[in-house]
Amino acid sequence: MAQLRRTRGRAALPYLLLLPALAAELLIHLVPMVVGIVMSFKQLTQFFIRDWSTAPWSGTANYRMAVDFHAPVGQALLNSFWVTCAFTVLSVGLSWLVGSTAAIMMQDAFRGRALLRAAFLLPYALPVFAAVITWSFMFQRDTGLINHVLHDQLHLVKQKPFWLIGDNSFTALLTVSVWRSWPFAFLTLTAGLQNIPRELYEAAAMDGAGVWQQIRRITLPSLRPVNQVLVLVLFLWTFNDFNTPFVLFGKAAPKAADLISIHIYQSSFVTWNFGSGSAMSVLLLLFLLLVTAVYLFATNRRRGADD
Amino acid sequence: MRTHRLPAALALTASITLTATACGGGSTSAGSNSSPKTLTYWASNQGTSLENDKQVLEPELRKFEQQTGIKVNLEVIPWSDLLNRILAATASGQGPDVLNIGNTWSASLQATGALLPFDQATFDKIGGKDRFLPATIASAGAAGKDPAAVPLYSMAYGLYYDKKLFQAAGIANPPATWDELVADGKKLTTGSQYGLAIEGGNVSENVHHAFTLGMQHGTGFYDAAGKPQFDSPQAVAAVKQYVDFIAADKIAAPGNAEYAANQSVTDFATGKAAMLMWQAAGANLKSHGMNPDDYGVAPIPVPVGATGSQATSSMVAGINLAVFKNTKNLDGALNFVKFMTGDDEQKVLNSTYGNLPPVKSVQADPAFATPELKTLAGVLQGSAAPLPQVASESQFETLVGTAVKNLLAAAAAGQPVTEASVKAELTKAQQQMPAS
Repeated sequence: MAQLRRTRGRAALPYLLLLPALAAELLIHLVPMVVGIVMSFKQLTQFFIRDWSTAPWSGTANYRMAVDFHAPVGQALLNSFWVTCAFTVLSVGLSWLVGSTAAIMMQDAFRGRALLRAAFLLPYALPVFAAVITWSFMFQRDTGLINHVLHDQLHLVKQKPFWLIGDNSFTALLTVSVWRSWPFAFLTLTAGLQNIPRELYEAAAMDGAGVWQQIRRITLPSLRPVNQVLVLVLFLWTFNDFNTPFVLFGKAAPKAADLISIHIYQSSFVTWNFGSGSAMSVLLLLFLLLVTAVYLFATNRRRGADD
Repeated sequence: MRTHRLPAALALTASITLTATACGGGSTSAGSNSSPKTLTYWASNQGTSLENDKQVLEPELRKFEQQTGIKVNLEVIPWSDLLNRILAATASGQGPDVLNIGNTWSASLQATGALLPFDQATFDKIGGKDRFLPATIASAGAAGKDPAAVPLYSMAYGLYYDKKLFQAAGIANPPATWDELVADGKKLTTGSQYGLAIEGGNVSENVHHAFTLGMQHGTGFYDAAGKPQFDSPQAVAAVKQYVDFIAADKIAAPGNAEYAANQSVTDFATGKAAMLMWQAAGANLKSHGMNPDDYGVAPIPVPVGATGSQATSSMVAGINLAVFKNTKNLDGALNFVKFMTGDDEQKVLNSTYGNLPPVKSVQADPAFATPELKTLAGVLQGSAAPLPQVASESQFETLVGTAVKNLLAAAAAGQPVTEASVKAELTKAQQQMPAS
């Protein structure tokens, strides 16, 4: 009898220990999510913001407006979706490329390595606002450093281009984003590289493998698990990045750099149409869930096949 | 491992996307006097910095404490945050007792129902409605409703012109009509110097000028029933006229299209531009080292022979003081409003900040008798109109202001700006208005 009670107590313990986490999960993630979903079916404007539960139901009107790609609202949302996709792919790709290159080049010890490493991490350590506002000064057309170098010193361009308005704004945004993200890739990959046994390289070198072959056959396969997490995290961060475009362009971003996070912010908080802003958020959530699920499924299956 | 990672990633994604949309439901309790000894006041940024505002306001708040025994907790909020902070306070019901609002937001914030309406009885408690200039009361809420706030500081737009540059170009008087302004502007545009500086990347600045020009062309951007009419032929003409300063007249530098941090004021103060349309720029120009004798101020030009509302030369600009409806210190809050709009404080605060007092009894004070402020006071009394006092005003500001910003960006990049392209931008702005 005593034996039985002890077993039963022991069986309940793990669930008991899980309870705080479960409650936190419920409060922090699930409740706001449900609230957001409910809001997306409401006609929520400034008239109802004091008590949003009294806002009239709007059925699927918010969703229909968001995906009506022939009307301005849908058109603008679609535009910002494509801008965000292009931006994310380029930013994550470049950040990963720069980060991996730097990490591999810093793999072998040399004089001043620690100092250089610290310098590489500087963008990551700076407060976002201060860093991005400095970039926005540098991108000013008439007084900025970038045009000064391109036009006055190197004479690469005939006319001083605009960077913060018009089509070039995409390039400006991408530059700042890569500058901000690559140190994270560098840091993560440097940690990953520490786990690769040096003997593998020595053996490969003995067998006559060159630097490229070593990177292709040893470094990249060994880093695959790190890269999987890194790319996913960079993807989610970049896709949802709000600070960079907001500080760079303010609440009205140029069309070429109208990221979806800013766009949804403008739809809900600037034009005070919280219902349609919520609907756009839910659509974005569904898209990100889909991408994440496909990504995890694909990468896990590949790993399963390798094991 | 495989079974755990997916839900975790999904939860992460969910939280990132949805936290932005989740606001709580608010309490709807009316004001009380359960906390009579303290007040919280959100002040807008009026001075050269948030710190400067604290230095200006805190001695005044101590005077109020000495008179009434009520301690005022001051928080100065930058403009870029103010509207969102007010919205958040409205949604949560946890706001300050007294707060500053931009007067153009009055009707939009009135519609949330979060602000105390100033009816006859409430006005009586602060000294009466007749103390204020009628134009400033008109910008404190929708017509036919009790105002949602009272005027605190007033401003109007004027045309600032550089006397030396005008003299050098052989121009005797500031332009009174747009034809003259464009002609003068062309004379004053020489290589690195331009006739006019505009703040083209600043959404609010754009919409203020679009509104004034709209009135001159015969539209207030809304019809009589309060429906948006952003793309009427008159609105198109008004916006095109503004964008043409860069696109066709070429009297403003293309670089002005990205100005959003008051660079146009700097350009004017440093002689890079000969004219500037700004509200109460005096203190700002002084901080850039420009002497008041070096510039003159005239009303913003109007079309030839304009009369009535077509002679509008400025919006009614200013800051209002509002009381949060569910304050815990209703009597104290009204007392504070009375104090801040009283003659003594009006004199101190408006002269420190270089604004005009919206209170009639203080206007004759010598502190407001500078040539600059006399011109602006004349504009405010004679030819200023409030922005549309409708619930969707804050959306109008953002959407039309952004449309103008986009058009200026196109003009700066050398793309043609036509009636059709202006109309297309304005139609897009109108169609983004939420149904109400």
